[in-house]
Amino acid sequence: MIQQIHYFVIAPPLVLALAAGLVLLLDAFLPAGRRTTAGLGLITLAGVLAALGFVVAQAARGGQTLATFCVPDGLARAAGAAVPASAAAREAGDGAGLCSFVADRFTLIFAGVVLVAAVVVVLMSMTELAGGGIPVGEWYFLLLCTLVGAVTLPASRDLIMLVVALELVSLPVFALTALKRYDGRSSEAAIKLFLVSVVSTAIMLFGVSLLYGVAGSVHLSRIAAVLSGAGPPPEAFAPALEAAHGLPAVVTVGVVLVTAGFGFKIAAVPFHAWAPDVYQGAPIPIAALLSVISKAAGFAGLILLLVTALAGQSTTWSPIIAIVAALTMTVGNLLAMRQRSAVRLLAWSSVAQSGYILAPIAVASRTGRSGDALLTGAVGASVAYLVIYAAMNLGAFAVVMIVSRTAPRNELDDYRGLVFHSPVVALVLAFCLICLAGLPPGLAGLFAKIVVFRELVDGGAGWLAVVMAVNTVIGLYYYVVWAGRLFTPAPAVTAARRTFPATWVAAGLAVALAVVFSVAPQLVLDLATASG
Amino acid sequence: MMGWLPVALLAVPLLGASLLLISPGSLRPVLRVYGLAFSGLTLALAVMLAATFDYAQAARPQFTVDQPWIPGLDLRFHLGVDGISLPLVVLTALLTFLCFAYLSWGDARGPGQLRASATGRPRALVFTLLVLEVGMIGTFLALDLLLFFVFFEIVLIPMYFLIAIWGGRGRRGAAIKFILYTLLGSVVMLLGLLLIWSQTGTLDIVALGQAHGAGMSRAVQILAFAAVGIGLAVKTPMWPLHTWLPDAHTEAPTVGSVLLAGVLLKMGTYGFARIAIPVLPEGAVAIAPWLGALAVVGIVYGSLACLAQRDLKRMIAYSSVGHMGFVLLGFATLTTVGINGALFANVAHGLITGLLFFLAGAIKERYGTADMPSLGGGMLATLPHLGAVLTFAAIASLGIPGLAGFWGEMLSLLGAFQPAEALPRGLFLVFMVIGGLGAVLTAAYFLVMLSRVTHGLPARTVPSLVATHPGPAEEPPASAAGLGPDGPGAGAEAAGERPEASETEPFVPEATIEGMRDIRGYELVAWVPLIVLILVFGLWPKLLLSLTTPAVQTLLGALS
Repeated sequence: MIQQIHYFVIAPPLVLALAAGLVLLLDAFLPAGRRTTAGLGLITLAGVLAALGFVVAQAARGGQTLATFCVPDGLARAAGAAVPASAAAREAGDGAGLCSFVADRFTLIFAGVVLVAAVVVVLMSMTELAGGGIPVGEWYFLLLCTLVGAVTLPASRDLIMLVVALELVSLPVFALTALKRYDGRSSEAAIKLFLVSVVSTAIMLFGVSLLYGVAGSVHLSRIAAVLSGAGPPPEAFAPALEAAHGLPAVVTVGVVLVTAGFGFKIAAVPFHAWAPDVYQGAPIPIAALLSVISKAAGFAGLILLLVTALAGQSTTWSPIIAIVAALTMTVGNLLAMRQRSAVRLLAWSSVAQSGYILAPIAVASRTGRSGDALLTGAVGASVAYLVIYAAMNLGAFAVVMIVSRTAPRNELDDYRGLVFHSPVVALVLAFCLICLAGLPPGLAGLFAKIVVFRELVDGGAGWLAVVMAVNTVIGLYYYVVWAGRLFTPAPAVTAARRTFPATWVAAGLAVALAVVFSVAPQLVLDLATASG
Repeated sequence: MMGWLPVALLAVPLLGASLLLISPGSLRPVLRVYGLAFSGLTLALAVMLAATFDYAQAARPQFTVDQPWIPGLDLRFHLGVDGISLPLVVLTALLTFLCFAYLSWGDARGPGQLRASATGRPRALVFTLLVLEVGMIGTFLALDLLLFFVFFEIVLIPMYFLIAIWGGRGRRGAAIKFILYTLLGSVVMLLGLLLIWSQTGTLDIVALGQAHGAGMSRAVQILAFAAVGIGLAVKTPMWPLHTWLPDAHTEAPTVGSVLLAGVLLKMGTYGFARIAIPVLPEGAVAIAPWLGALAVVGIVYGSLACLAQRDLKRMIAYSSVGHMGFVLLGFATLTTVGINGALFANVAHGLITGLLFFLAGAIKERYGTADMPSLGGGMLATLPHLGAVLTFAAIASLGIPGLAGFWGEMLSLLGAFQPAEALPRGLFLVFMVIGGLGAVLTAAYFLVMLSRVTHGLPARTVPSLVATHPGPAEEPPASAAGLGPDGPGAGAEAAGERPEASETEPFVPEATIEGMRDIRGYELVAWVPLIVLILVFGLWPKLLLSLTTPAVQTLLGALS
């Protein structure tokens, strides 16, 4: 039987993969030099933009959900032989059969965020690579591979695809981290990231296999149907399920293991310890990538699994997510207060921000459906926060990158009096920091927090809202102290070396987005919270 | 309807601020006139608002604008003015304008004076003050819960920088304490506002006020009132949440203190009148006794703390705690009389304390210190006019009949004599007695201050701080070294001349005491309007009370 592939649906990852191959080939055959370096960067950028174009084109086709890699109808019926074509079955199969790759609103938003962030990261990479010392072709190839994974992951609707895509996001990043050769910190960071990531994958695979064993299907919508009793369990497992009068404890174990596995990816406490060392050791564009793209992919997977496949198990995972969210924001903020290095501070702050993004998922259980309905309410709040966070965090990283050209140690004290010698950079950084803190004039951050608070209060998680409120104050401390440093007079510093203009473009793009989100947050909310 | 007027009130300072951001260099020569022009235009608009306000319908929001801003959050750009907010809007515009007048004509020595163009970071200062004005006016105009919150937050960052850049010696700590404390309060308030929203499904303050708490159970109302109340109480500030205030006031530059005391504190008390009491009447009844108790503790505590202060600015700061106690006591009575008194005291405190901080700033500028023992005394002999104005302001603040300070306190205490039906009268009688004692203590500390500073023989003590730091007088004050984003050239130069611009060095007084000059023209310009208004409201309180009474009766609709 021939699998029908809808190429338009898979165009974004396909374009990225082709670009990756092209970059590797060109790097092999073109002479090394400044021109090749710039050229490869531009090709990468073109690939990312083309993928973004396809995402936009898919979005422009209106609300219809595109899907491919579906189980043919005949096979689907064979798999669920006992089920008559009832409404429940159609609900379970989502009407369109069981598909592995679905481009709905949720997918497109995540793909869009990842690709826009990728534009910023590629622009930052151009500056990083202009310094020499890093193999160019490999860098862009690995970067594009990560993007392929990050774009595929939110579209995945079965467990195998999810795991493969997640690995595709993670594996190239180890290499990217280590590409700064002969740098001890960088190698250490890569090893740490590798070990943590491999362990988390193992944990997650164990959880995934348990879920597969219970549900007898890898498709998320079928797992949901089986676990909620709407669909038949696999033959082999049916007696055990009946004997247990419900679901066996193994489901709970599976849920916990899968949650833990994703916890590593998004650097949630207690699986957070790798973040600061890795961020500091990695080249700054990779730190930005880890904090936005890789994190977005992790959240996409977590939301898909918990809210789509395990909606019925929300009594198990809701409290876990709530506690993890509370711990994540608290630990992240408390440790960020003690940092002296700019990148480490951003690392801890991004851990804390993960907590804010995670918090609404804890009250998402009421909206456990797939498709566009996935984005209503709490999940929409998470996604909206993630989108805004991506813009402001990338802005901050881009400025840190600019400053790191003149101050290699990149400590907070290097930012003293920045406003006197490069006022625009200082104002941009101040704006991003205040956005991250969530105060006007950084209205984007404020509204993002309000959206999350609203879901928490509305969803009855008052205690979590209070924890988050206290954390907002703690967070403000280090953001505002850093912002204050920019404006304190400092001894004259050596004249700033001209940075490669690409970083300016990157910073400009990120900040422009943050400003737009500040003036018209409705844009994000419209995107992220479907009306129903 | 003239809906454009409130929008223009916000747009004008915002435009002024953004122009500064867009064209950095070209505006520098006209900077002194620039801030004055924009705040003057804002004041003119505010006066126009007051002139065209329909006084027959003071209870109803007028000049309303209602546009959707962020439908995803139900956030509407809903502005309007009624009898409660009108005086505060005008007060804000007036005080901001006077601050600019004070800065623009002042001489180069004070921190952040606009004439000190190279070192005072004047552009950043004008920018900060204009943004601050947007937030302050917006808070009083907003008729949407979340919009109110947004404006409430806007003031935080400019005020932080105002203290942290142009402040005194302990400025950094004071600024951090200010912003963390008030943010904690406002985040708790946000939770309360969202609780109201999740129970009623609307953010419209007018609709919520007319509903009188319908749709919310008693428990929810109490919870929401507590959350919103804590947020507002931090800003007000209410004892025991006041500890950020003395530091912030003491360290802030003169204009910062004036705006902090004159307007920012009012945002807290205004929130009680606008949101907490009308929207959550049952919660208000339940919590009012606690509010009253904390208010009278604040009155007594503030007065006693004042008696113990050596620093003039710190003493005035603590006196704010006491005065705000009277305001909160007025609110706690939940009667027309009490709330009228509270609103009156609110405005009066803005005028009087604004004047007092101007005076304290002037004294600090002349003597180089605000430490009362170091000032020596005999100011009436050395600087007769300054001494006379100080005496006037102190007497107004202690609440002598005939000046603005009297009516607010009197009406608050009167309200406590006969509180709302639902409240325990005996308890409020006790509050009234304690509050009355506090008023006596208030008189005591102001008279002690006057006897120490204005009376007696002029001691020829050279302030100790000057003796230990014989810095050249022409050198700019420490905190003013460096400048705003004025361009790399001047900045690097200034920073280079004074490496590690010492944060410990105090302000250098302009001259020795013999050379001190009495009230200057620019000071007179800034002070006379305040003095006149204090007299007007003192002699003719009906001017203000007739404006607030109908609005207060409406907001108490459910209780009376």
